[in-house]
Amino acid sequence: MTSDSQIKSAANHRRTASSVMTTLTAICAFFAVTILALIIGYIALRGLSAISFQFLTDTPKPVGEGGGIGNAILGSLVLLLLASVIGLPFGIAVGVYLAEFGDGRFASVVRFVTDTLTGVPSIVIGVFVYTIIVLPMRQFSAFAGGIALAIVMIPIVARTTEEMIRLVPTSLREGALALGAPQWKVTTGVVLPAAASGIATGAMLAVARVSGETAPLLFTAFGSRFFNVYLDQPIASLTVQIYNYAISPYDEWHAMAWAATLVLMTLILAINITVRFFTRKKI
Amino acid sequence: MATPTSTTAPVKPPTDAAQEEQTSALQDDGRERAAAKVSVRDLDFFYGRAQALHKISLDVSSQIVMAFIGPSGCGKSTFLRTLNRMNDTIPGTRVEGSVQIDGQDVYAPGTDVVELRRRVGMVFQKSNPFPKSIFDNVAYGLRINKLTSGKSELNDRVEEALTNAALWPEVKDRLKASALSLSGGQQQRLCIARALAVRPEVILMDEPASALDPMATQKIEELIVELKRQFTIIIVTHNMQQAARVSDKTAFFWLGKLVEVNSTERMFTNPNEKLTEDYITGRFG
Ligand SMILES: Nc1ncnc2c1ncn2[C@@H]1O[C@H](COP(=O)(O)OP(=O)(O)OP(=O)(O)O)[C@@H](O)[C@H]1O
Ligand SMILES: [Mg+2]
Repeated sequence: MTSDSQIKSAANHRRTASSVMTTLTAICAFFAVTILALIIGYIALRGLSAISFQFLTDTPKPVGEGGGIGNAILGSLVLLLLASVIGLPFGIAVGVYLAEFGDGRFASVVRFVTDTLTGVPSIVIGVFVYTIIVLPMRQFSAFAGGIALAIVMIPIVARTTEEMIRLVPTSLREGALALGAPQWKVTTGVVLPAAASGIATGAMLAVARVSGETAPLLFTAFGSRFFNVYLDQPIASLTVQIYNYAISPYDEWHAMAWAATLVLMTLILAINITVRFFTRKKI
Repeated sequence: MATPTSTTAPVKPPTDAAQEEQTSALQDDGRERAAAKVSVRDLDFFYGRAQALHKISLDVSSQIVMAFIGPSGCGKSTFLRTLNRMNDTIPGTRVEGSVQIDGQDVYAPGTDVVELRRRVGMVFQKSNPFPKSIFDNVAYGLRINKLTSGKSELNDRVEEALTNAALWPEVKDRLKASALSLSGGQQQRLCIARALAVRPEVILMDEPASALDPMATQKIEELIVELKRQFTIIIVTHNMQQAARVSDKTAFFWLGKLVEVNSTERMFTNPNEKLTEDYITGRFG
């Protein structure tokens, strides 16, 4: 027989455990947010002073003559656009294949390869693209940079897409099949829309991830001191520009590196918000 | 249609009398099978190695309601799903025997499964609305099969299906709202509407009323009786009264076997098998 007091003490214990756990998780969440806020705050503090209209629109100049990152911003946008145009459809297609038809041996090979590719250091991908594209073309190019970034994106996008599609309940597929929908229409009309916001989040993460990549661009897009939109020419990018400014011995350039970092973070945030806006749950 | 005794006689094929006897008495007679809308012979079904259905033979003539009853796990859903080849989607399953619809072998190589499933509609045991708007859920089957020409016809068909499923008054002002914003019972009626919209010839309903309140249940039952003028309906139910109210014939399943098929009236008053009687009267170990 459990007495009244025993029941009470069990209830007390339960309440205590619950509040301890709530507090613990809240503290951890608080730390995560604080660290992020500190990083952003520090970058803003160091970078804000160097930001000006000229800085945002001009090309780099020799030390002491000012100059800016206009061409690097444009270059980064071109590279990200190119990488997304190649990498997102490719990655999503691989993910759809793995989730919807991925039972055979070939699929497990594909899955293994994408997993391995996720772990390959991005500089290796840079060297690889250097070998297969830059050397034959005899020149660094925006195209090579876009390909390198796309290769970094593909496995990330493929695996998140696969996982998001697997989360779509079988009952939804069956509902569509039972109405006389052929398999491909079930995939495109029911499964993909149901998984869309998850896939978009994965895509966004992949874009954010590659927008911070420097290593694969050093051997491919290389960098440039001029505005460029031609894909067969070397092109500047924020990350490479930050790298160049940061390794220099000049304080003025260090300040510019911070400012460029601030711009890069703002860019990533903007991508984030845009994608969220377009994929917010309408239904 | 309040009591089983007042059930109107279905349009009987000539061989109906023979069918009222035991299933095992079914002859594999071409003429008899051709008369049936759905005709099953010696159907075995396996989930991997586990056999879920044993030598099922059954005829369902057109324009009747047949109820499947039996304890949980006896294979009612499995059997229902063999009729529109829904089990094809489960890996590792295997079917033996034959299922014919209008004399066409459903499992013959070259069967157009997509076309089959449009003709043989299904309402699932668990409601499964698409995460789309109410309207788009009902319009889905019409759109993919291109069954309507023009917007107004589509609107009409959607309204008709929703009305038939006793849902129209509740949703007519919020057709653009998400189907997931509906209550559980409303979602189930939406799934019924979705299946009705494509006007299938045979409708398989797996416990369509299990999540519905008595009012909605009554509407669905009235609908079923209404629908059988044009369609063939097979309904799984755990509710004996419901089986008695809506069906013309009843089939009793037990441990993956078809124990007895009979007219509903006979089934609930004087079944042939002791097992059936024990189950119906609730004397079941
Ligand atoms: N996907 C599956 N894989 C393996 N076994 C299954 C699967 N689905 C059902 N079974 C098994 O097949 C048997 C019949 O199941 P089924 O769902 O057809 O029963 P049911 O008569 O519809 O029961 P209920 O009245 O509870 O819905 C059960 O033993 C069940 O465990
Ligand atoms: Mg069932």
